[in-house]
Amino acid sequence: MFYREAGQFKTSYEADGQILPIRQDRIALFVTLAVALLALPLVSSPYMLSAILIPFLIFALAALGLNILTGYAGQLSLGTAAFMAVGAFASYNFVARIPGIPVLLAFVLGGLCAAMVGIAFGLPSLRIRGFYLAASTLATQFFVVWCLTKIPWLTGHSSSGVITAQKMEILGYAFDTPERKYVLVLGVVAFMALLAKNMLRSNVGRSWMAVRDMDVAAEVIGFRLMRTKLLAFAVSSFYCGVAGALYAFAYLGTVEPEAYNLDLSFRILFMIIIGGVGSILGSFLGAAFIVLLPVFLNILAHGLALPTSVASNLELMTFGALIIFFLIVEPHGLARLWQIGKEKLRLWPFPH
Amino acid sequence: MKKALKTLALSVALIGSFASAQAQVTEQFVALPSYRVGPYAAGGSGFYGGIIDYFNLVNANGGINGVKVSWEECETEYNPSRGVECYERLKTKNGGATMVEPLSTGIAYGILDRIPQDKVPMTTLGYGRSDAANGKVFPYVFPLISDYWSQAAAMIKYLGDKDGGVAKLKGKKIVHLYHDSAFGKEPLPVLEALAAQHGFELIKIPVAPPGSEQQSQWLQIRQAKPDHVILWGWGVMNSVAIKTAQRNGFPREKILGVWWAGSEEDTVPSGDAAKGYTAMSFNTPGNYPVLDEIRKKIYTGGKGNLADQSRIGSVYHMRGVTAGILFVEAMRTAQEKFGKGKPVTGEQLRWGLENLNIDETRQKAIGALNMFPPVKTSCDDHEGSGAVKVQQWDGKKWNAITPNWIVGDKALVRKLVEESSNKYAAEKKITPACMK
Repeated sequence: MFYREAGQFKTSYEADGQILPIRQDRIALFVTLAVALLALPLVSSPYMLSAILIPFLIFALAALGLNILTGYAGQLSLGTAAFMAVGAFASYNFVARIPGIPVLLAFVLGGLCAAMVGIAFGLPSLRIRGFYLAASTLATQFFVVWCLTKIPWLTGHSSSGVITAQKMEILGYAFDTPERKYVLVLGVVAFMALLAKNMLRSNVGRSWMAVRDMDVAAEVIGFRLMRTKLLAFAVSSFYCGVAGALYAFAYLGTVEPEAYNLDLSFRILFMIIIGGVGSILGSFLGAAFIVLLPVFLNILAHGLALPTSVASNLELMTFGALIIFFLIVEPHGLARLWQIGKEKLRLWPFPH
Repeated sequence: MKKALKTLALSVALIGSFASAQAQVTEQFVALPSYRVGPYAAGGSGFYGGIIDYFNLVNANGGINGVKVSWEECETEYNPSRGVECYERLKTKNGGATMVEPLSTGIAYGILDRIPQDKVPMTTLGYGRSDAANGKVFPYVFPLISDYWSQAAAMIKYLGDKDGGVAKLKGKKIVHLYHDSAFGKEPLPVLEALAAQHGFELIKIPVAPPGSEQQSQWLQIRQAKPDHVILWGWGVMNSVAIKTAQRNGFPREKILGVWWAGSEEDTVPSGDAAKGYTAMSFNTPGNYPVLDEIRKKIYTGGKGNLADQSRIGSVYHMRGVTAGILFVEAMRTAQEKFGKGKPVTGEQLRWGLENLNIDETRQKAIGALNMFPPVKTSCDDHEGSGAVKVQQWDGKKWNAITPNWIVGDKALVRKLVEESSNKYAAEKKITPACMK
């Protein structure tokens, strides 16, 4: 079938080391990116862009951040929303307090602040593992939200603790329409996803995976555990921080600390579990499942003209049932389903 | 895999077809991003049920000068992210929504910057940003009847009157026990200013949301021996507070709840502990001709929105009916200026909301005399009233214990509204001005 790689020979080290060694994958990726960047802003309605695609991309970035930590480095975390909050509130403060700062620089600085918080709260990971670590990252969740509600300086002394994200401007160009916001978010997310993919193929990513698979063995063969684990926390928090900043600046506009509550952390955790732990594609698929499916079910219920009180409960039940179904059919997530599909296509017409 | 692809294709097609479906404009379309599941479902189902019951009644009586009200709900689960999605989805439906009411501070903040661009007026009945009362800065936001700051001022006035005049508050202790979120912190500027003015001590005690554990807070309250406790809670926090107060032997008569802590859903689960508990309200509890009409014309025909008919006339349902009345009156007002017998646009409805005048004669005509305070809005005053009542739970139902509407220190509230809204205007580079 069309997914057979017969005839694609690698004759150099460069060819062998490509991100996507199969030509079909490369073409698919370029087509997807081209459609996302060129076609979608033109043909999609503002609703599609500002209420569906932008949050999908932002949550995918946050899921990617968590996936780096949990999926690749094996450190369970429940503090994702807290790192997002640090990124958002730090970016807000950088824009508010440094006049004329480019908004992308503010996002990067916000991400760095989140990375620092991540390192601080990653320290216990040197002594504890698994569920115990998850419980300690839970502290991050409560501590950060507590700080944001207790220290008025962080929220610009607003009486109710709600920040109003500033307008996004880069070199005098304002990102204020849904199309422009979408392009900016897409650019940031695509760039960071590419960066993550490369990082995970390098020795950094391999050291994370070694630690994930067995940290004692990793230490024996010479990986420095402290450095590796803290780097994973830093990079993951950086990704989450940028996602949080985008959530505030490109999606909601105004945010109260409560928006980054434990519930959001759980939702992002579900995204990587359903999408696929330890997979970049999985972060995107999981975000799509968790963000889009309730919306789709809601629209479907309206289309069937069900009474709203029934529809709302039915939506939650269907959503829950689908999650259980998917995890029974494929416990390794949607990304694994996709991988199996790909392998089947490669073996076609002789699947086994 | 094939199945998954099929589902995906179907969903994309559906979303596309729904996004582009636009009926011709013959009805006045209202967006209702509601919530009927989750921790705040009791409030959401009662409030939106009330709005829809009243809309159904108006439609059954022939509409507003012949124009029927139409609406669509969208489940938000009280989650800002989903609320924004709902708003974006509903705003372009049926030729465009002409009004939106999210009943959630988080969602209201999330769409605050979008509504002036989309020209969709938003009402925030009894919540939201209090400084939105200044219509020069927030032309599209309407905290109708009363916002948090007016309520906080009225609470202090009531507590003062109870002790024999606000001057008597000097040296007393008032605890502000609040939901630690934007909602709970909203009244602080007013309470702090009044504490400084009247010389009472304000003890601020936060409760981490959702508020299901309050043992240490009530211990702290018992040690402080306050004269009054203001309970600024929402959802599960309220009944927990009432029950914990009983366990700690704190008299419930000394607790005054915010109006989101004063419904049947807050007191019934607390059982006997709630007897004597007081809370604010912008409705007078009781029965009204309009509610009888809803029972007769809507519920006997099986078209009622509440599953449980005994909830008709409950606090949240009546608050919803009140909202429905205000919306319909705004549509009527707008039609009088821009042409009767045809639906008005969002911009025109904004004018209607800004020029509301529901006096007692009008209330009587609707069958809701004294159900809510008379409302008269203007560009300067998007709140239109600021008057509230205090109600008390007698173990079975709520009773109003203040015969007249209470208005707090209006001048002080106004000063804070000006300060805060002007700060917002400076941040957002808005030139304050009245819209025509």
